[in-house]
Amino acid sequence: MGTHALTNPVAIVGMACTRFGEHWDRSVDDLLVEATHGALAATDGVTLDDVDAFWLGSMISGVSGLTLTRPLNISHKPVTRVENMCATGSETFRNACYAVSSGAYDVVMAVGGEKLKDAGYSGLEMPSVPNDGTAPNLSAPAMYSMIVPAYARRYGISEDEVKEAMTHIAWKNHGNGALNPRAQFRKAMAKEAIAGAPALAGRLSVFDCSGVADGAAAAVIVRAEDAHRYSDRPLYVHALALDAGSGTGRNDSDYDYSELSEAARSSQEAYAQAGITDPASQISLAEVHDCFTPTEMVLMEELGFSERGKAWRDVLDGRFDRDGALPVNVDGGLKSFGHPIGASGLRMLFEMWLQFRGEAGERQVADPVYGLVQNQGGSPGDLVSAVTIVSDRRP
Amino acid sequence: MVGIEEYAVYVPTPRLERAAITAALGAGRARGARPVASYDEDTTTMAVAAARQALAGAGPVESLWFATTRPAYLEKSNASTVAVAAGLPPETAAYDVGGALRGGAGALRAGLAAGAALVVSSDVRFGLPGSADELGGADAAAAFRLGPDPVAELVGSASITSEFLDRWREPGDARTRTWEERFGVEEYVPLVQRAVDDVLGRCELKREQLDHVVLSLAHPRALGVVRSTFDAAQLGAPDDLGYAGAADLGLRLAAALDRARPGQLVLAVCAADGADAFVFRVTERHRGSRGSEVGAGQPVSYADFLTWRGLLPREPARRPDVKPPVPPASRRTAAWKFAFVAGRCTSCGYRNLPPRRVCLRCSAQDSCEPVSMVDVPARVATFTDDWLSESVQLPAKVVAVDFEGGGRFEFEMTDAVGREVAIGDRVQPTFRLASIAGNGVRNYVWKVRPQEGDS
Repeated sequence: MGTHALTNPVAIVGMACTRFGEHWDRSVDDLLVEATHGALAATDGVTLDDVDAFWLGSMISGVSGLTLTRPLNISHKPVTRVENMCATGSETFRNACYAVSSGAYDVVMAVGGEKLKDAGYSGLEMPSVPNDGTAPNLSAPAMYSMIVPAYARRYGISEDEVKEAMTHIAWKNHGNGALNPRAQFRKAMAKEAIAGAPALAGRLSVFDCSGVADGAAAAVIVRAEDAHRYSDRPLYVHALALDAGSGTGRNDSDYDYSELSEAARSSQEAYAQAGITDPASQISLAEVHDCFTPTEMVLMEELGFSERGKAWRDVLDGRFDRDGALPVNVDGGLKSFGHPIGASGLRMLFEMWLQFRGEAGERQVADPVYGLVQNQGGSPGDLVSAVTIVSDRRP
Repeated sequence: MVGIEEYAVYVPTPRLERAAITAALGAGRARGARPVASYDEDTTTMAVAAARQALAGAGPVESLWFATTRPAYLEKSNASTVAVAAGLPPETAAYDVGGALRGGAGALRAGLAAGAALVVSSDVRFGLPGSADELGGADAAAAFRLGPDPVAELVGSASITSEFLDRWREPGDARTRTWEERFGVEEYVPLVQRAVDDVLGRCELKREQLDHVVLSLAHPRALGVVRSTFDAAQLGAPDDLGYAGAADLGLRLAAALDRARPGQLVLAVCAADGADAFVFRVTERHRGSRGSEVGAGQPVSYADFLTWRGLLPREPARRPDVKPPVPPASRRTAAWKFAFVAGRCTSCGYRNLPPRRVCLRCSAQDSCEPVSMVDVPARVATFTDDWLSESVQLPAKVVAVDFEGGGRFEFEMTDAVGREVAIGDRVQPTFRLASIAGNGVRNYVWKVRPQEGDS
């Protein structure tokens, strides 16, 4: 039993990410074509025909691999659609990596895309199985807002102090997003404006929630030993982990809503695979799932970046700011990008692609060693979490 | 000897100031407040609340009779929902006495004839804005458990049926139409007179021997005339409650029984399309008041009230339409969905809400035994306000609730508009509506409300 680093390590040799936003003029087909061809163009000469197999991540924008083959006119290739709630993007990537690592294929692609703005709703519409109507009916912000009183009580701080940290996270991520041409929201916000916005759920305002956007991202993956045939600066995968909880937290009186243990477990497995013993000092930068600001705050502890009960303080001290000791969501995060489900995990990875190539412009973090991507789906107590660790050094 | 073994009333929490109606409409003057069913209540849920109280601690009944003029469903029985949600076994015969105001008296008569029965009446009273039914109505439910060991035995009854149109409503309509007021007076006053004379004759009683007189009439002016034929002491203090439709007779009878002492005689008269008169004698089993008096409640604005009744539709949030529960899934989980029966794991003792095949704590398979959660003490574990909820009333208060001895579930907290919720607050389960879908399916669920008596 156990999870292990890949016997045959893999590397990304090309990536692309569309601008995220309200693409009234573009369909999911258009977005998938742009991301797929963009990722191929970023390689040294890989063409669509060279790709042996594809994994497509999408939660609500299409079913089956045909969602990808039709717009790209791909024929007679193995194409698999992947879904794992809001962690779909990372899951797509993880499964594609396994396939190329196994030796079954030489060149594969992970493509994630989502068209949310055609639904016409505020927020997401989660697909649901016909049921008896007794499941608790909470909006996603309401589910995540439960973190706030639970965290405050657990560590003996006031909800106002938690809110202050939440405001800092929103301020930081909007500030980072303002520097990113692909972000949906490109405006730095004053803390006063963030803190003063009316509540949507508990202590969460619109500034504590990620937006709704369309977007797509894609990666071309090969075995590490082949990477330099396709890229002069490949990005190597050091860890791939997924943790699905039992989904029983919300019915278990022992569960504390401030805990995201699936995130902790997936990161611990990833650290073991990558040989990382002190993530707080060894991880150079992280892209984490800031679907709501309290999520990012708690994740700093679950991922081992902060001591238990100290994340709110570390956040306020600027430890995770762009110029801090461990920059988190330097690309602007879900906060600035919005959250086209199937694309988000790959969008996070795309920031690593840029950072390790030194192409992140004003957002560039100096000399990164390890980059961590954490992408999750569900809600506190009912969660899946995926962690990917990458580096420009071959494992 | 058959009679009333136990009784209970349920009056919903929201109160509408009548002056708010006249002020909004700019016409008339009115005093006092009337109880109104909350946004998540209908005649079925209110009936369940009354039925649960009346059944508390007692054995099963053979039949259930449910009367209302605003049935939640037609064709589909609402009595069956009341029976299941009240925790009655499937062997209980459950019947709807639907449509007419007189059903309240009819259900009582049927139950008394049946013997071991539960009689429930429940009504939601409203009409077009500015109508007498809106100003003078009351939403409430009453339940009577009937059987051979009564606190009030039936001495006799009499009924007269008369065909005339004083008030009528088309199914589904908000508006109830009425004929000229004087016509009703001339019809109802002699009907009541005759029914009272008949029942007193059968019981060989004189008017003066009656200790308590209960009068239930939808016609205020006829009621006034009839009241004047009894002593003030027999009638008790006039109340400000309003007329509760099919539940009115039950509501007033319960209040009279609360005041009555063993040996006293109670006359209960309902006049609607005829008249029904019942005489009860209070027995030594009567332990005194059941606390059927109506509490202060919580204020509701006229605009909210109109929205709740569908008379002031508001722009909904930009969210998908509410999805209805599907009948086969609801059927499979009926004990959980309607009767709030969880699964207690016989291996580890933890209560699984909802019941599961594999225990969420110890993973034992098929180890759950059914256990009712309705009366298990419960407290708020954590909470939030949700402005994006599908609930009619925003923000929806959502609470994670821990049950004493194990078990957690997240609920919408109801009857808590404007109320500060805190971790540790005591709550009690209550049967309510989550939503009514576009296909008319009513999603009944258990919610929680603040514990009775806690402020």
